[in-house]
Amino acid sequence: MLIATPLSMHFDDVLPLQSGASIRDYDLSYETYGSLNADKSNAVLICHALNASHHVAGSYAGQDKSEGWWDNMIGPGKPVDTEKFFVIGVNNLGSCFGSTGPMQPDPDAPAGSGKVYGADFPVVTVEDWVDAQARLLERLGIDVLAAVMGGSLGGMQALSWALQYPDRVRHAVVVASAPNLTAENIAFNEVARRAIVTDPDFHGGNFYEHGVIPKRGLRIARMIGHITYLSDDVMNEKFGRSLRAPTLPASRGSLPPEGAGPARGGPSPDLRDSYQYTTQDVEFQIESYLRHQGNKFAEYFDANSYLLITRALDYFDPARRCGGDLSAALARARAGFLVISFTTDWRFSPQRSRETVKALLDNHCEVSYAEIDAPHGHDAFLLDDPRYIGIVRSYFDSKVASPMRPSEVAQ
Amino acid sequence: MSDVLTMSSIARLVPEGARVLDLGCGDGALLAHLQAERGCSGYGIEIADANVQACVKRGVNVIQLNLDEGLAMFDDASFDVVLQIDTLQHLRNAEVMLRETARVGRIGIVAFPNFAHWPNRLSVLRGRMPVTRRLPYQWYDTPNIRVGTYRDFDALARKNSLQILDAFGLQDGRELHFLANARAGTAVFRFRRGANASG
Repeated sequence: MLIATPLSMHFDDVLPLQSGASIRDYDLSYETYGSLNADKSNAVLICHALNASHHVAGSYAGQDKSEGWWDNMIGPGKPVDTEKFFVIGVNNLGSCFGSTGPMQPDPDAPAGSGKVYGADFPVVTVEDWVDAQARLLERLGIDVLAAVMGGSLGGMQALSWALQYPDRVRHAVVVASAPNLTAENIAFNEVARRAIVTDPDFHGGNFYEHGVIPKRGLRIARMIGHITYLSDDVMNEKFGRSLRAPTLPASRGSLPPEGAGPARGGPSPDLRDSYQYTTQDVEFQIESYLRHQGNKFAEYFDANSYLLITRALDYFDPARRCGGDLSAALARARAGFLVISFTTDWRFSPQRSRETVKALLDNHCEVSYAEIDAPHGHDAFLLDDPRYIGIVRSYFDSKVASPMRPSEVAQ
Repeated sequence: MSDVLTMSSIARLVPEGARVLDLGCGDGALLAHLQAERGCSGYGIEIADANVQACVKRGVNVIQLNLDEGLAMFDDASFDVVLQIDTLQHLRNAEVMLRETARVGRIGIVAFPNFAHWPNRLSVLRGRMPVTRRLPYQWYDTPNIRVGTYRDFDALARKNSLQILDAFGLQDGRELHFLANARAGTAVFRFRRGANASG
């Protein structure tokens, strides 16, 4: 079993940000798995999405159920094999898992005040995160990544790596991602942000000094997010119109008990089968599930981090500096690419991945693209579809493990 | 059509160093051969999950795409060669894809089982659909949604104003230029978009 050890690195120097602002005296939490080889050619950076962290793989010693968020993908003998690759996970700036974020003391606050950043944390972008990751890698002595890999917002970072540091990335693996967000996607983010900002406990982002947390807003933000991460089919299969069982505490607020079955086939005898005629209490299992997910999330996630990270999603648009021409924007890329999408992912649809693929083809980049017919919506990128897992494994075995960069192979 | 002789016969039609798009590339064997033996680069297009993985496994670039949706992802004349090797018989939109092949590639190469090959004719004369090494399926259980002949393709190519650069039959690894329609199990055409077929 892979034992993970969280590490932290401090940076005294100033990191300039896309907004024109900068950040100094910051820390990055990170974890590494496997060993860096002698010529430092086997490093793989994993970028996280909205609510994940540097804890990518393995478990913490003595802690049950502490597996990293991509533990099915990364580890000894897994598709990204930590017996071959030196894998690095980094918590991004502005997040809330140890790296400097809104909950940390603001170095520019009056000395001794101990004031945290709160709403004053600078707006960070995907490009800023990549810059910060690049500095961390430099300190680890890694000049060139064998691969950078991420799903969703993490995929945006992988793509951005290939554009910001084209000579420092041999391969980019971009899963369930997009070259920018659609209006609908920004709209979902905005609803989530308004839920947080309009929570009376938000206090303009400086709720820490009031000793409160805008949990109502966070819960609703998470509920909205969760709806968009699943597919209609999966939601119907898992919950259907099932009513919440009144006397099954084990199932309260969690997935339906095994064997409960969807309500479509008629109510199971185990489940309550009559309406309570209530407008505010939980009636359907899907409500119970969403409330549970919302409650869990509000316990651990920072409200300002949520605003910052969804904004980073909104702002990401590498084609913007080329007048919207993605092919022109990707002309800088030198890496080989593996792009993967999932047919039922409507938040980051296959169409968006195809745009990336087309721009890479226009630039004669090395690229493979798999469109996995998985039922699970956006969440599929975290799950165990054998076709998905198999493609990633094959790519790492055949391409990433090769010591040459694709352009050298072609010559 | 995985046999080595056929593959090298097709490969000979592809110029050295060409940028190749292989429509329905299967497990990527031909592209791997073209990369290794003729210094080509390019991509395969494939729909089947297992084949996509096989391509990635052997280091061949592959794009998972349903050819029935066309080639909108690819610009005009963006490849030196577009291959359709044993793909035509699986396509619903064979004529559209033929035009697309000629649009995207400076040269198109199509190979497919020739239904007019004499053993097939004999079989039909006897009143039964053929089951042969080249067409190994029963009529009621086949992935091929159409069959056509060497001459049929020639007519279709002319209808679409394609300029045929080369046409021959392949049988037992030999290229047949005489009476290919009857003598060859496989029809091979090399063509490009005709001068009057612009737009």
